[in-house]
Amino acid sequence: MIGLKIENLGFRTAGPLSLSIPAGECVGVRGPSGSGKTLFLRAVADIDSHTGKVFLNGTESADLPAPEWRKQVGMLPAESAWWADTVGEHFSRSGGESPEPETDNWLKWLGFEAEVMDWEIARLSSGERQRLALVRLLANHPKALLLDEPTANLDAENITRMETLVKTYQRENKTPMIWVSHDTWQLDRVASRRLLLKDGGLTDE
Amino acid sequence: MNIISLSPADLSLAAMLLIALAALSVRMKLGLAWQIIIAGLRTTVQLSLIGFVLKVIFAHAHVGWITLIACMMLMVAGWEVMRRQKRRFRGWWGFGVGTISMSVSSFSITLIALTLIISVNPWYTPQYAIPLLGMLLGNTMTGIAIGLDRMTQAAWDQRNIIETRLMLGQDWNQAIRDIRTESIRSGLIPIINSMSVAGLVSLPGMMTGQILAGNPPAEAVKYQILIMFLIAGGTGFGTSIAIWLGARRLSDERQRLCLDRLKNTG
Repeated sequence: MIGLKIENLGFRTAGPLSLSIPAGECVGVRGPSGSGKTLFLRAVADIDSHTGKVFLNGTESADLPAPEWRKQVGMLPAESAWWADTVGEHFSRSGGESPEPETDNWLKWLGFEAEVMDWEIARLSSGERQRLALVRLLANHPKALLLDEPTANLDAENITRMETLVKTYQRENKTPMIWVSHDTWQLDRVASRRLLLKDGGLTDE
Repeated sequence: MNIISLSPADLSLAAMLLIALAALSVRMKLGLAWQIIIAGLRTTVQLSLIGFVLKVIFAHAHVGWITLIACMMLMVAGWEVMRRQKRRFRGWWGFGVGTISMSVSSFSITLIALTLIISVNPWYTPQYAIPLLGMLLGNTMTGIAIGLDRMTQAAWDQRNIIETRLMLGQDWNQAIRDIRTESIRSGLIPIINSMSVAGLVSLPGMMTGQILAGNPPAEAVKYQILIMFLIAGGTGFGTSIAIWLGARRLSDERQRLCLDRLKNTG
């Protein structure tokens, strides 16, 4: 199957969960605090141990080296971390190459100039970090997207910019996507289906 | 030069310093009084016992006895490394990481020193083997304990960074690299500092002991230089091995961060 397929996924707080997301479809997931929404995404990204199977475009996660799998199912955590001193150091891939022109376009889309690459991480606001984290993730060209409350700290204007960028990327690359949010209005805007994670199970809303 | 023998009364006078320190701890509410007293008692009892054991072993030099005492020293050092970890590995690993790395580095370096550098015959002559191993283990233990403590604490505190790096497709080695480097550095800094100030600020213990025992300073200096180099090698290699083993243990076959393999003892 082309897309993301989850079969009997079980982890600490929920499962077994099964779900099929065809290429280019976005599924919105909401649920009460502590229901395991973040753990669900972490299990799909193979960051936490789990039972069951996950396939992306027919390939099972266990058949790929873990770093390659995670690069393909790009997960954006609610709070992305930064480790080097400047923004640019997080974007240069092997051997300090400069970012691709595509990355520059995404940065502009989210309201940054190219010189943002020289900015110090310590001086960034939480909203700037969140927007840059999305660009950093997209620069990996993921084939699926797992977004955990990606706009939680943003103002209305930046929420719109983020949503537009993600939807454009998804449309151009036919990316299957899971978008976790508390905001049902947002899920209605970005997702074609909305699911509720509650009491260890997923149900259609 | 004759050695001036120390009487129990002389040592008791020195012990007054510890009692004064414990009193200060009570007064300043440092909560260290009992630890100071117990550490002082342990020093006295342990050194008296080892003095007795060494006397017996020096009189009956046999490779079996030397090996036995070396293994006992290693076990105690491994236990101490584990005890000094705020977040130690669960199960056998808590003891194993430090003990394996110390045995590889300290034993092999002591053997190299005995056979190739000092060339003492037989190689296990206890007057050389036991003090050398003791000094190497003691210092390597400190480096490994500091390095491991730093690594497990940093992995705990920086889990968000490690996992973000993993999510971006970095492999485990890349994700833990900065922490590993920093931990090895922190384990090595004490011995680098000691070497830098040796002779200027401090007269190292072994050299001081030899001079007090009436040996010519030039000989004492040569032995001290040898010891410092051996300790630096032992600490460096031992800490690197321990951090390498520990970093591997913090991850599983799918390169996930496994903090559940640590337990908080703090």
